[in-house]
Amino acid sequence: MKKLPKEKVKPFVEKLLQDYEVLGPMETAGFASFGRIMSPGELKLNYQNSKKTPKEAFFPQWEVMFRYRSTGQSVEVKSAEDTGRRRILFGIRPCDIRAALLLDLVFDSLDFKDPYYINKRKGTIVVGLGCNHPASTCFCTSVNGGPFSREGADFFMTDLGDGYLVEVLSQKGRKLLRGFDGKEASEEDKERAKAIADSATRGISSVIEADGLMEKLEKLTEAPFWDFLHEKCLGCGICTYLCPTCHCFDMADEAFDLKGQRVRCWDSCLFPLFTLETSGHNPRPTGRERIRQRIMHKFNYFFYTHKAIACVGCGRCIIHCPVNLDIRRVIDDIHRE
Amino acid sequence: MTFIGNNAASNSHESLRNPYLPFPMRVERTFVETSDRMLKSFDLAFVDKVDEAAFRFRPGQFCEVSLFGKGEAPLGIASSPTEKPLLKFTVNRAGVVTRALHHLEEGDEVGIRGPLGNSYPVDRFQGKNVVIIGGGFAFTTLRSLVVFMLDHENRKKFKEITVIYGARAPGLLLYKEELAQWEKREDVNLYVTVDKGDEGWNGREGFVPTVVEEVGPSSENAYAVICGPPIMIKFTFPKLADLAFPRERIYTALERRMKCGMGKCGRCNIGPLYVCKDGPVFSYAQLEELPKDY
Ligand SMILES: Cc1cc2nc3c(=O)[nH]c(=O)nc-3n(C[C@H](O)[C@H](O)[C@H](O)COP(=O)(O)OP(=O)(O)OC[C@H]3O[C@@H](n4cnc5c(N)ncnc54)[C@H](O)[C@@H]3O)c2cc1C
Ligand code: SF4
Ligand code: SF4
Ligand code: FES
Repeated sequence: MKKLPKEKVKPFVEKLLQDYEVLGPMETAGFASFGRIMSPGELKLNYQNSKKTPKEAFFPQWEVMFRYRSTGQSVEVKSAEDTGRRRILFGIRPCDIRAALLLDLVFDSLDFKDPYYINKRKGTIVVGLGCNHPASTCFCTSVNGGPFSREGADFFMTDLGDGYLVEVLSQKGRKLLRGFDGKEASEEDKERAKAIADSATRGISSVIEADGLMEKLEKLTEAPFWDFLHEKCLGCGICTYLCPTCHCFDMADEAFDLKGQRVRCWDSCLFPLFTLETSGHNPRPTGRERIRQRIMHKFNYFFYTHKAIACVGCGRCIIHCPVNLDIRRVIDDIHRE
Repeated sequence: MTFIGNNAASNSHESLRNPYLPFPMRVERTFVETSDRMLKSFDLAFVDKVDEAAFRFRPGQFCEVSLFGKGEAPLGIASSPTEKPLLKFTVNRAGVVTRALHHLEEGDEVGIRGPLGNSYPVDRFQGKNVVIIGGGFAFTTLRSLVVFMLDHENRKKFKEITVIYGARAPGLLLYKEELAQWEKREDVNLYVTVDKGDEGWNGREGFVPTVVEEVGPSSENAYAVICGPPIMIKFTFPKLADLAFPRERIYTALERRMKCGMGKCGRCNIGPLYVCKDGPVFSYAQLEELPKDY
């Protein structure tokens, strides 16, 4: 373990910027979001959690899949996969790292490999940043995470006040030490880091009861519960757009004369068009089926397939839902049914 | 179509096969199936030998068919693997892509991704009687299944084969050529019916569920496959139940709105199963376990 004094952060990041594309938390329009930084000054490492999720680094909201060009009767198709980009996702929170591990299960599954996601993911070094001050809406500890969980990080930093305790957790992470001008961490630093982590973990005030949830939901698919739940929901979909584990997307062609591109962009199970068929039939015709899909997918279907809950407890959907539909209360109500 | 940076061509570092990239196929033949001209079949030939060799499919699977600039549509493969190298699709003119597909002419190229999805459990059907019930234009992959089982190499693997197929009117029956051939064969019991005949029709009249009841295929050592409009399924299913077919031995193929066809875009699931990759073929025993989300 090493220690990076605060005044050394700037040169450290500058060095990283020479070799890598660095994505980090920055302030845009009054909230924190992940973007490509060009200088260390743009980093805003004391953010609580970004509004938009860093999953965009691997799964952008909009991306070109391939471009095509017609030449008479035949068409030339050229894939737009990223290859060989070297990137660092700097200062990502443990819940968002866990979300990437869950997305790996979808996009890097055994049956079909999604090269758009995988190439970006594989070319990225993940630098985690512990959460000294979790928000009141964070419930990561209920869903196998924690404010100082190192799971999935290549490199991990703990803010000690006067500097960062730095841990290398993988071969990929080791590469970052090349530009590192810090010293070995002292015993005292390590103890302080542990105390900070313990206190942060104790400070998580939100909980959901994950045990038995999968089984409970199994019996609830046709329950009147959903009739009431959806009445409040506007179907705006913001909860799905801000969720780090939501992975639904749409695909469409954009044509310009004889050339064009196929693109994909995020989509949401809360939109009626998501499942509407050409015949007019919609298997999820009302908010009831749609919100049931969102909850069931996160806490039952995903668990059935991957043995993990597809929620990392980041609390974004709680903070940003315009009608305060609070997933923690929904889970409580499910247990009470 | 020339493919740059394509799967077959690219040898780049740990090159992943990109399952989203369509490969080219050329339209060899187009054929208007129905008198209302809403259904048209296309026989497609592989442009690239590498794609042809890699393409192995079973009856019941589907492809995503691309028309660049318009998009993709999932379409069941109507031909049997025994009819390779051509692939047949039969397309109902419904929306943007399917409408544009109807304008294709011989020599045009389309993009194909697939084969996708599971298939009819033909291995399980071996040594069994198989009853195939189809209605309307849902007969596409059933054509694949019947042609596959009637292939001279395969026919001996199955016992009695019964096909019950209905359409609203004689002009709306698909694959009239094949129906005529099957009619002549001794080794398949074919019952074609229309809701209402016309002057030229001297075949059977009546709805599919009624015909199923009249024919009364035995459920002994038998499997049933049933595909058709929801209303037909709704009334045929009880008839099969009356004939003592257990749910485990009745299969159907489902349709849902699809995009990726690989369980990633998240829209076609019924409970934890994705119709695109865990289906589209399901047994009724399986469907019974799932939320009624279809
Ligand atoms: C597994 C499977 C096999 C199919 N086999 C056949 C077949 O053999 N012959 C045939 O004519 N039709 C078949 N369909 C239905 C066919 O895919 C739709 O009619 C077609 O996608 C409509 O696309 P469109 O662009 O013409 O319509 P639009 O309404 O313009 O399409 C809009 C969007 O909706 C989607 N969409 C709408 N309805 C459906 C639907 N029912 N299924 C899937 N996606 C839909 C399309 O992907 C498209 O992106 C099948 C569907 C599935 C899922
Ligand atoms: S469901 Fe809500 S709390 Fe859970 S990961 Fe998604 S946005 Fe975060
Ligand atoms: S953010 Fe709230 S209102 Fe909007 S779709 Fe989600 S639950 Fe419904
Ligand atoms: S079509 Fe994308 S998940 Fe099935």
